[in-house]
Amino acid sequence: MRSESNLEKVLEKGEFAVTGELGPPKGNDLELVKKKIGLLKGNVDAVNITDNQTAVVRMSSIATSKILIDEGLEPVMQMVVRDRNRIAIQSDIFGATALGIKNMLCLSGDHQTFGNQPDAKNVFDIDSIQLIDGVRRLRDEKKFFGTDEDIEGEVKLFIGAAFNPFAEPYEYRPYRLKKKVQAGANFVQSQCIYDMKMFKEFMKVACDLGLDEKCHIMAGVTPLKNAGMTKYMAKNVPGIIIPDEIVKRMSDVPKEKAAEEGIKICVEQIQELREIKGVHGIHLMAIEWEEKVHEILTQAKLLPRPVV
Amino acid sequence: MIVGDRKPIEEIKEMLTPYKKILLVGCGTCISVCMTGGEKEVGILASELRIISDLEKKGWEITEDTIQRQCEREYIEPLKEKFDQADVVMSMACGVGVQYMAEVFPHKIVLPAVNTTFYGTNVAEGEWQERCAGCGDCVLDKTLGICPVARCSKGLFNGPCGGTDKGKCEVNKDLDCAWYLIYNRLKEHGKLDMLDEVMSIRSWKSSLHGGPRKRVREEAQK
Amino acid sequence: MSDEYTPKIVAFCCKYCAYTAADLAGSMRLDYPTNIKIVQVLCTGRIDVLHILKAFEKGADAVYVAGCEPGDCHFLEGNYRAVKRMAYAKELLKEVGIEPERLEFFHIGASEGPAFAEAAKKMTDRALELGPSPLRK
Repeated sequence: MRSESNLEKVLEKGEFAVTGELGPPKGNDLELVKKKIGLLKGNVDAVNITDNQTAVVRMSSIATSKILIDEGLEPVMQMVVRDRNRIAIQSDIFGATALGIKNMLCLSGDHQTFGNQPDAKNVFDIDSIQLIDGVRRLRDEKKFFGTDEDIEGEVKLFIGAAFNPFAEPYEYRPYRLKKKVQAGANFVQSQCIYDMKMFKEFMKVACDLGLDEKCHIMAGVTPLKNAGMTKYMAKNVPGIIIPDEIVKRMSDVPKEKAAEEGIKICVEQIQELREIKGVHGIHLMAIEWEEKVHEILTQAKLLPRPVV
Repeated sequence: MIVGDRKPIEEIKEMLTPYKKILLVGCGTCISVCMTGGEKEVGILASELRIISDLEKKGWEITEDTIQRQCEREYIEPLKEKFDQADVVMSMACGVGVQYMAEVFPHKIVLPAVNTTFYGTNVAEGEWQERCAGCGDCVLDKTLGICPVARCSKGLFNGPCGGTDKGKCEVNKDLDCAWYLIYNRLKEHGKLDMLDEVMSIRSWKSSLHGGPRKRVREEAQK
Repeated sequence: MSDEYTPKIVAFCCKYCAYTAADLAGSMRLDYPTNIKIVQVLCTGRIDVLHILKAFEKGADAVYVAGCEPGDCHFLEGNYRAVKRMAYAKELLKEVGIEPERLEFFHIGASEGPAFAEAAKKMTDRALELGPSPLRK
């Protein structure tokens, strides 16, 4: 065991894991965090805490993760390299692990021009793969990034990374994932999947490369709320592919039934994903729709969560 | 070449308001080639300033000159008389020229008329693109000539990230994804295996982050 | 505006088209304003924004550039370049405080004497409407 985290135990035991996602508030409103915790608790094995996602300033991922721990829910602390250089990254990792955080997801981060501080200077001292490599080194070799200097203490982290099979060049994506695994990723979560055919093709190559044996691959799913959101995402969000048949299904149902249909699609997707070789779990991103997590996972027969 | 954009006229007007006799100096090298601060642009700005001065009663007297290079002392020194006669000097060169003219003639204030933007090339008539970031540790051998530092919006060394959109960068649809270009170039040359290795964490000391840079060649010194 | 205001107008005319049209307008005895100062150029592609600015600096109330019909440039694309440059020159006029309407581009073929007379009249009317250039006030 690298971290003794619940997520690691579930995955290592061979259980089909479920992670959720929690976006901290755009301020310090603790109640908003607690409300979301209430909706997720007991339904998932761990919860990703986003780090200023889409470059919008929010409560820090580390602090929110600590709040989760106090409330009895396991966090996956996300960390982006957009806002921190290697000094801040390592310092934050020491702080986070000292507070009891055991899972960390290494990301490059959405570009700052998308967010609410578009005039900010970015950092990008290192990239996401270099971050994975650096964290692995902190944990396994107990050395600071890029030096032979020893750290004081132990960094016990279950190291995660993200991957996106739906961004060009498609043929390269399994190989880039391999690079992340080689750098030290223990689990990886994907961008939301809607195009099953494409994901299966990706997984076939990933398994041929042996990646499913070297790390835990978790498939990302996001329930669609309505036809408008579906069309918008299909058209405007780079790195997300929504096949026409799903757009059609969401558009064909009456407005008041759209949410139900979105959940139905999501459940079907989860069932299909469970059958794919190499998929060890799902990462359910019910963005600002946390109240549906329990329903989705019940229908998908993924509850109750295993106690390990 | 070094590329720049002329500053907005309002900003230039505000800078010049306290002065009467203005020496406007262009530079005949990079900034001239990128059509921002050469002899012609000095003529245009001087004409604009004369019109503004007339309409807004600024009382400006504009003297124009363009030298070959504002980054070299030999070209700046002959301007001594004109510097002496002016209340202020406005440079249409890159930031190097602005600073170096003030270093050569420290008794005079030199104002910038240009925002220096990047090291780039003239890819087509009327279009310039960034190519180099001057980071001091070139990796173009590993990317077959496409710079991830200057041309990837996130400066990634192990791209492409998930934000590639039909070969374009998610930051701006007009911007090529540098890593998409790198991938295709490596593929064209049958060298995709070069991507297998993780490009490791680098030192930024050679970049501006080690403090302002200086270069000495002893055999060329006196 | 004084009653004696006669607009000073500078017309940069291409030798291969508008200048010939001006000649033709003369020989056709067409009536057009006499306050136009014609400057013959080998191609409107030669006109730089600096020429325009200088004309205004020296007191022009309006300036226009007359070049060949699209596709007819003797140097292939000089007139297209001129059109783009005039758009840029209008921006410069705007930023220094001169109405951009005081500048215009016309396509006038060599045989179009009447079109020349019409352009001259149009710019004169416009200059009368706008009054003297702010630089002359």
